[in-house]
Amino acid sequence: MKRSAPGVALIVILLLSACGSPNPQDNAQPSNSSAQAYIENKGSDTLVNVALAWAERYQKDHPEVQISVTGGGSGTGFAALINGTIDIANASRGIKPEEIDQAKKNGFEPVEFIVANDAIAVIVNPKNPISELTLEQVSRIYKGELTNWKELGGEDRPIVRLSRETNSGTHVYFLETVIRLESKEDKSIFSADTLLLPSSEGIIAEVSDNPNAIGYDGLGYVTPQVKMVALAASPNGPFILPSARTVTNKEYPISRHLFMYTRGEPLGAEKDYLDWILSPEAQAIVTELGFVPVASGQ
Amino acid sequence: MKKNTQEKLITNTIRVAGSSSIVFILLIFFFLMREGLPALGEVSFKDLLSTRWYPIEGLFGILPLLSGSLIVTVFSILIALPLGVGTAIYLGEIAPRRVNEILKPTIEILAGIPSVVLGFIGILVLSPFMRQTFNLPTGLTAFTGAFLLALISIPTIVSIAEDALYAVPDTYRDAAYALGASKWQVIWGVVLPAARTGILMAVMLGVGRSLGETMAVMMVTGNAPTMFTGLNSFISPIRTMTATIASEMGEVASGSTHYHVLFFIGIILFVFSLIINVSSSTSLKKRSAKSRAQVVS
Repeated sequence: MKRSAPGVALIVILLLSACGSPNPQDNAQPSNSSAQAYIENKGSDTLVNVALAWAERYQKDHPEVQISVTGGGSGTGFAALINGTIDIANASRGIKPEEIDQAKKNGFEPVEFIVANDAIAVIVNPKNPISELTLEQVSRIYKGELTNWKELGGEDRPIVRLSRETNSGTHVYFLETVIRLESKEDKSIFSADTLLLPSSEGIIAEVSDNPNAIGYDGLGYVTPQVKMVALAASPNGPFILPSARTVTNKEYPISRHLFMYTRGEPLGAEKDYLDWILSPEAQAIVTELGFVPVASGQ
Repeated sequence: MKKNTQEKLITNTIRVAGSSSIVFILLIFFFLMREGLPALGEVSFKDLLSTRWYPIEGLFGILPLLSGSLIVTVFSILIALPLGVGTAIYLGEIAPRRVNEILKPTIEILAGIPSVVLGFIGILVLSPFMRQTFNLPTGLTAFTGAFLLALISIPTIVSIAEDALYAVPDTYRDAAYALGASKWQVIWGVVLPAARTGILMAVMLGVGRSLGETMAVMMVTGNAPTMFTGLNSFISPIRTMTATIASEMGEVASGSTHYHVLFFIGIILFVFSLIINVSSSTSLKKRSAKSRAQVVS
């Protein structure tokens, strides 16, 4: 046994030196130092483009602040916030009670900021003649009760349902607001043959290519290659197309807030950044990217 | 004296390096068990073996995921086996050396293409093509995934099958030719049977490669957790175990039921690949011992 000691020692040294290598993220955590601040920002894929644009603009004016932005889904952002790997979580849904409990267990209270508004657009292929649907019809499509476009007055084609993955805040919002029509007792869920695509772009790509498809996505992601459907909350209409105006005056039935969450009340550079995000300059970026700004004073 | 210590140091370093993979496997195994087995206590067997997977509402039926993984794997092997073994036969038995020199590196390039790139091509080219050609509701289907998986597992199958053919002694071929057999008769009647254990191993490793592949299948199979309903499932969207773990693991709160069930799926994948590897290597051992005995007698 003694014979093998030097070899083992060498391996142990190698392993130790590997473990000890500095992790830049851990060292740059504190956000209240004014000299160099590092803000880690992660979460909702719906919000990621806006968050990136904000970070870029803000860093240009404040070179002492470094902001890194990644997507992954609202749930991913909350998990990272709770585990303490990030400073700000982006979310397209409100935080759940169990997530608040987990955060408290980890010693902090999440603080919510409404940073933008978003409409969920229901989209179909431009070749699809359908251009108006009621929320109830959309609900029945996604529950699997309507399976052919001709049942809705369209062509004789099968309906292919597209959705984001279950870790997306948009998925949860759509489930509660459209499929269950905001009824708490309703426990219906997506039909099992709903395609769950990993990204917003994937949904746009499939809808723009496939005349059978129906999908939903944040207004900011909708491109001219797909057709938005006018929606109505009641069977008699009015059928409203999503736009900044119809979202702000609450005519469009499925719109929601987009959030940022911090670990406790933000301090220092983090607070300055969030204050700036609610300023008219930052909210102009929201409009540029196809989302709806928060009204001043909200 | 000094030289002696140096020698020992090097020998021991190599020994540690050699046994490290066993240590890693054991660590992975224990980690999987620790994180995955609690799922059995939290979700009843009946729920686990139900047919609906919708974790955010507490529906943890893993049957559709098992069925999805099996469908793509089986079909990818059905595509990859004839192509892979055919390529190996061509490379090893028929192709002139010059062709060989071009073909082999090309296949190695195929092995080097990242699966995410294949997935991207799958979304943009293969899936629209499939939908239009076969008039399907959508091109994001099990077959699209199986086709990409075949591309991914072919290089593995080719290189191992070719080694197996190469290992067949030339005396076998010479003896067959001496009896007046044609080239095809030699390949089909002598070389392939003699190399069958190696080819079986190639196929098994191809199966393992297909079963474990994640990115490409996640991009092109549509990820709808549907059950196997006959041949129709082949051209329907499906959801594999690997894609489920990849797309949901980032979201789950650690320690939750969903988290444990995802690790439980990891255990199933681990056990599958273990069975594949063990069965291919034991059959290899058995057969090669037998064939050696035949040669001696």
